[in-house]
Amino acid sequence: MGQRPLIKWFEKRQRVAIVEEAIGILEKTGVLIESRQALEMLADRGVRTEKRRAYFSSGQVEEALAAAPDRVTLYGRDGRGEVEIGKENLHFNPGSSAIRILDLEMGESRVPVSGDLVEFAILSDFLSGYSMQSTALVPGDVPENVADSYRLYLALIFSRKPVVTGTFTEEGLTRMLRMLEIAAGGGKQLRDRPMAIFDTCPTAPLTWSALTVNTLLECAGNGLPVQIVPMPLAGATSPATLYGTVVQHCAENLSGIVIYQMAAPGSPVVYGGSPAYFDMRKGTTPVGAVEATIINSAGAEIAAELGIPSHAYMALSDSKSLDYQGGLETAMGAAVAALSGVNNVSGPGMHNFQTVQSMEKLILDNEVCLMAERIRRGIRVDSSEVVADVINEGVTGGSFLTLSHTLKKFREEALFPGTVIDREAGDKRSAPGGEEILKRAGERKREILKAGAPNILTGPRREALKEVVTESAWRAGLKKMPEIEGLEE
Amino acid sequence: MDQFLKKCEDSVLAGDADTAFALASEAIGGEIDILQVIESGFVSGIREVGRLWEEGEYFLPELVMGAEAVKKALSVLEPALAGQELSREVRGVGVIGTVQGDIHDIGKTLVGTMLSASGFEVYDLGTDVSPARFISEAEAREADFIGASALLTTTMPGQRALIEMLAQKGCREDFLVVVGGAPCSEDWAESIGAAGYATDAVAAVELIGRLLDGKGGRTP
Repeated sequence: MGQRPLIKWFEKRQRVAIVEEAIGILEKTGVLIESRQALEMLADRGVRTEKRRAYFSSGQVEEALAAAPDRVTLYGRDGRGEVEIGKENLHFNPGSSAIRILDLEMGESRVPVSGDLVEFAILSDFLSGYSMQSTALVPGDVPENVADSYRLYLALIFSRKPVVTGTFTEEGLTRMLRMLEIAAGGGKQLRDRPMAIFDTCPTAPLTWSALTVNTLLECAGNGLPVQIVPMPLAGATSPATLYGTVVQHCAENLSGIVIYQMAAPGSPVVYGGSPAYFDMRKGTTPVGAVEATIINSAGAEIAAELGIPSHAYMALSDSKSLDYQGGLETAMGAAVAALSGVNNVSGPGMHNFQTVQSMEKLILDNEVCLMAERIRRGIRVDSSEVVADVINEGVTGGSFLTLSHTLKKFREEALFPGTVIDREAGDKRSAPGGEEILKRAGERKREILKAGAPNILTGPRREALKEVVTESAWRAGLKKMPEIEGLEE
Repeated sequence: MDQFLKKCEDSVLAGDADTAFALASEAIGGEIDILQVIESGFVSGIREVGRLWEEGEYFLPELVMGAEAVKKALSVLEPALAGQELSREVRGVGVIGTVQGDIHDIGKTLVGTMLSASGFEVYDLGTDVSPARFISEAEAREADFIGASALLTTTMPGQRALIEMLAQKGCREDFLVVVGGAPCSEDWAESIGAAGYATDAVAAVELIGRLLDGKGGRTP
């Protein structure tokens, strides 16, 4: 086995210095926490709190890091898809919580509806580049305050893959926990085999809103893993230098890890992020910017140094349509993520500053992710005698195509892209959908969806889930649930 | 005099709030026409900054620092004007803030700074502002407009809640409500009945100016 390729931005002593600087910031500047409950818990555990700020000592950070496991294991519904985030593993999952979906038939983006969530879940379930699904769309046909649990409901029913998710309200979180218990078959089953990981996003600089920190505590109490996803905007809510932002990003992650470990020592947590380099011209937050890619990559290096699994929002674009920019930013991010040892990459399908999802892009990005995984697998080193023999045999025999060595090896060496990738000779385009890649992606989408929902959940668990969402939607003022094909009695 | 005005203008172009403050202090101590210092010095400077920004020469840090320099100068010059029983024309009065449950403030603060530098009187209520607080402050300040910012998809409904509360209290017509923030759009603004939406701080100044002109903004 050859060496797996791995980008390093720092020497060991520099990584250590970054962590020390981050801890120094937590000691001196501290973090703003907008939840009395969290501040009280921290004070009980010996953390210095003053007004609404908490200051963590290096001892407290080190203790939390020692307690945090080096991997997070998630489980799919019905025994499907065990996913280990950590070590040398690389996983991709669709970007989460888009408020719009690109409708290629309309030629523009629109507010997603339940039917889109269903299709999205079926595609995520099918596409092999994604080991997890996510609650990718915020549906517009249910009240906003139940949207978080409603999208989880459809995800759990239409796909068996573990879920990357998050919450919009504290009541929503309670409901989502209840739904996950139902899907897992009980509270103990969910603790033993968590089916979901919750993204919790501190606000840069160094701030935890009440909702995000309470989500952290609630997940800790229920044995659910979390991903800390800081979003520093270099130049606006963090230093303008990449290095400075890497340090602040580290401090924000460490603050989340300490809070979570203090609430439930030994619980699995991921060092994540979705940084951007603030666009000094437009005031926008490009997550597909090359600087964001570098900060994410460096973050994974720091996480590895700490022995904590890593996450990053990469493999996505800021482009408004599925164009050259969309492809280049997505592919560059995915490739760098793979080469940086990021364990869990979120983002595929997304564009336009994390606001728009697209099923066609999800299908194309699936190819990007599979290619990135292939890069990550690296080059397997053959023994020199074998290579010499094979080359000798190929040269003397006049062809390598017919060697038994070729027959034995090519399947494991080469990646065979899907039909959306064009490799026809000359000008011929025989792939379904013809010459336009977006048409080919659309064709592929229809093909996958035509097969229906092979992994749909049936029986009493589905009924119990439906009861939870129907009841909450009723209370939120929705008297009739959206009609969903496949779920009607 | 021309040289003095040029220095005022340059302090804004350099984004040097300390120098702007010093020049403003010098102006009120002398026999200089304060209205002229404001208009031909500092405001002229911020116009030039805006032009350089639109041309791509200046970036946001220069834009914001220029606006901060003007604000600092006005903090000295406006009270002095009042002392002479003069006032400069205020293009409109507004309260701005980030909606309830949302603690993001960079975009909102940019908008506030640009509005202040462009001749509006702006009261920035900060972040996590409830609809009730938006309304009570807008009433207390006799505002023409309310600017509500939201960065999160989860807090956007706060913008609608504000408009609904205005309607409930029967003062929907008293204030123009404008919205902004990354997840917002023209469609969203229209769907909740907001008067307008702007993509960035410069566009927000243009939007509010246009809306108030349409309504015939007020001069205190």
